[in-house]
Amino acid sequence: MSGPVRAMNMIQAINSALDLLLARDPDIVVMGEDVGYFGGVFRATEGLQKKYGKTRVFDTPITELGIVGVSVGMAAYGLRPVPEIQFADYIYPALDQLVSEAARLRYRSAGEFTAPITVRSPFGGGIFGGQTHSQSPEGIFTHVAGLKTVIPSNPHDAKGLLIAAIEDNDPVIFFEPKRIYNGPFDGHYDRPARAWSGHPEAEVPEGYYRIPLGTARIVREGNDVTILCYGTMVHVATSVVAEKGVDAEVIDLRTLVPLDIETIEASVKKTGRCVVVHEATRTGGFGAELSALVQEHCFHSLEAPVERVTGWDTPYPHSLEWAYFPGPVRLGEALRRVMEE
Amino acid sequence: MADEGPGRNLRPLTLHVPEPRFRPGDVVDFGDLHLPGAGETRRPPIDSAPADMRELCYQLVRVLDEEGRAVGPWDPKLAPERLLMMLRQMALVRAFDERMYRAQRQGKTSFYLKCTGEEATSVAAAHALHRDDMCFPSYRQQGLLIARDWPLVDMMCQIYSNAGDRLKGRQMPILYSAKEASFFSLSGNLATQCPQAVGWAMASAARGDTRIAAAWCGEGSTAEGDFHSAMTFAAVYRAPVILNVINNQWAISSFSGFAGAEATTFAARAIGYGIAGLRVDGNDALAVHAATEWAAERARNNHGPTLIEHFTYRSEGHSTSDDPARYRAADERSAWPLGDPIERLSGHVTRLGLWDAERQAAMERELAEQVRLAAREAEKQGVLGNGMHQPLSTMFEDVFEEMPWHLKEQARQMREEGEAAGL
Repeated sequence: MSGPVRAMNMIQAINSALDLLLARDPDIVVMGEDVGYFGGVFRATEGLQKKYGKTRVFDTPITELGIVGVSVGMAAYGLRPVPEIQFADYIYPALDQLVSEAARLRYRSAGEFTAPITVRSPFGGGIFGGQTHSQSPEGIFTHVAGLKTVIPSNPHDAKGLLIAAIEDNDPVIFFEPKRIYNGPFDGHYDRPARAWSGHPEAEVPEGYYRIPLGTARIVREGNDVTILCYGTMVHVATSVVAEKGVDAEVIDLRTLVPLDIETIEASVKKTGRCVVVHEATRTGGFGAELSALVQEHCFHSLEAPVERVTGWDTPYPHSLEWAYFPGPVRLGEALRRVMEE
Repeated sequence: MADEGPGRNLRPLTLHVPEPRFRPGDVVDFGDLHLPGAGETRRPPIDSAPADMRELCYQLVRVLDEEGRAVGPWDPKLAPERLLMMLRQMALVRAFDERMYRAQRQGKTSFYLKCTGEEATSVAAAHALHRDDMCFPSYRQQGLLIARDWPLVDMMCQIYSNAGDRLKGRQMPILYSAKEASFFSLSGNLATQCPQAVGWAMASAARGDTRIAAAWCGEGSTAEGDFHSAMTFAAVYRAPVILNVINNQWAISSFSGFAGAEATTFAARAIGYGIAGLRVDGNDALAVHAATEWAAERARNNHGPTLIEHFTYRSEGHSTSDDPARYRAADERSAWPLGDPIERLSGHVTRLGLWDAERQAAMERELAEQVRLAAREAEKQGVLGNGMHQPLSTMFEDVFEEMPWHLKEQARQMREEGEAAGL
């Protein structure tokens, strides 16, 4: 069903998911700033307007609140909009339409109206984007009742998760780690950039498949410590673990809401130690939720305090990007501390 | 510092903070309000370019004159049955408001909000739309539901948040949802429905459908970014949508000046976007009908969106939560030069020989009784706070289509803690 497999980078995988679903479901519309004729500033929608026409894939005015507000109305009509917010840093003007409208519509109308919208948006840093092209605002959305939040870490997952997100009947925030659009990134910014080709997760079926929301993936099995991570940080974690020779279990959460608590719980109960990693700022971040859940669900198995490795509680600085980014050194130190307990 | 440097000879800046013309205790005189007479404003063809009809944004579409005659090019020439039905529904809205306001005062619900004086802006508009045209209302458009024959008992159950409330007691009173009546779920946040209406209209157009959309917001909330995003999208895609601004002069205690009314009209917001704009006497049901019909026909024929400012007056407080005597002059309502929409339509049908004061009084008694009986029926299913609410477990439903583990866990926790506490 999912057809032959082909090497794809993350952009191509996302494009493939959109292409497939546009062909399968006439209710799907793709829209956003520069996504139409040009195909998006990151090229994720390249060729789609030509193939599906201007009423299904189109450019929008530069008003994120308008893009999401219009999507809510289109969803009320019966369409399944997939708006793109060009950078996650631009999503805040749309917050009211996401938080008070899309997320609440099913509840407030007791199911009369729903908002099956998937908001795609590139997020995260490591590209010298400074404070307005680098943010990781997932914690704002995981805090909202009625929203799902999905973050892929590789081309294979990006396609399968995006298909599942678009077909989901609830609003989904789909954050794409733009640092790994073109290749995995282990945090060693001073080494040559790698491409996706040759990576096992870059082998992407050309056909239809979905990865259910709410299922984590164990990237590497291990016995001594559990690393909970998502997006770019998955690659940093696997790299550090290999470099340090730590027998860590690396879990790529893939979906933050709904969260795969079972996989987390089973792993931490086995290892007795846990490090939570994200690029977003620390205070009130999703790592705080993960840390609390691990404590609530696995308290009697824990042999060390849960460590958080995160971006600092500062804006993302342009020139000091790599001092901000929670890279191999910080994760390595956290692993050392947690293993010493 | 002030007497040195380049600025020393300049006059100090001043900040203008708007102030309404009348405050409590002031003598009200609207004499200098510029109001064109009935029949004076031209009716352009429905395919007019917005640039060719800009003056309409500063005039006033009026049909009913001081003597109750329908005059001028905007006369919608409605059949007697239609006129009488509009009159009846506007009066029913008022009777409903009276009853529900009293119910709130009696402690049967937490909140109510009347539309007294603004009945025409919903009821007459609904009559100019098709029943399956999608409405994205604000919170003062109960007239849309009543004009679409929505059951009063259903509305009341929502207001009481009782066991019969289809919305499961989740929404504040009056934040209705009625998909069957093509009436969108109401938000408590302002103007969010404007871009949503445009999106719905864009979808309808993209699909080659024939239905159009209409949104309503207050003049105060035109200051929201949502309104301006909606205008931009509507203009860019020529969406088949009508954006209604109900200018009732007051946003709770803030007069229309805080949304920009000192500088221009709300209809004139259309000019900058290149949208057709109409300014209408909102207390004249025939003018509201005619303007809506014009805009609907325009939208239906792919000539694009229309912004309609309904110039009206909020006769009562904002809601049960404020006392208008604290911030505005008491006799503004009686001095309002455009009268009362029900009295004006009643006067018109009387002049046509279709109606008289006795029949009006009898109808009002009949409607009051109809509303009383509906309230009795609704109250059998409970009022707010008497325990006849939805089952507790419904709190966790409809957050998502399928309940995720963390909500199931919280529902179980609530149940167990309740049981442990002997609840």
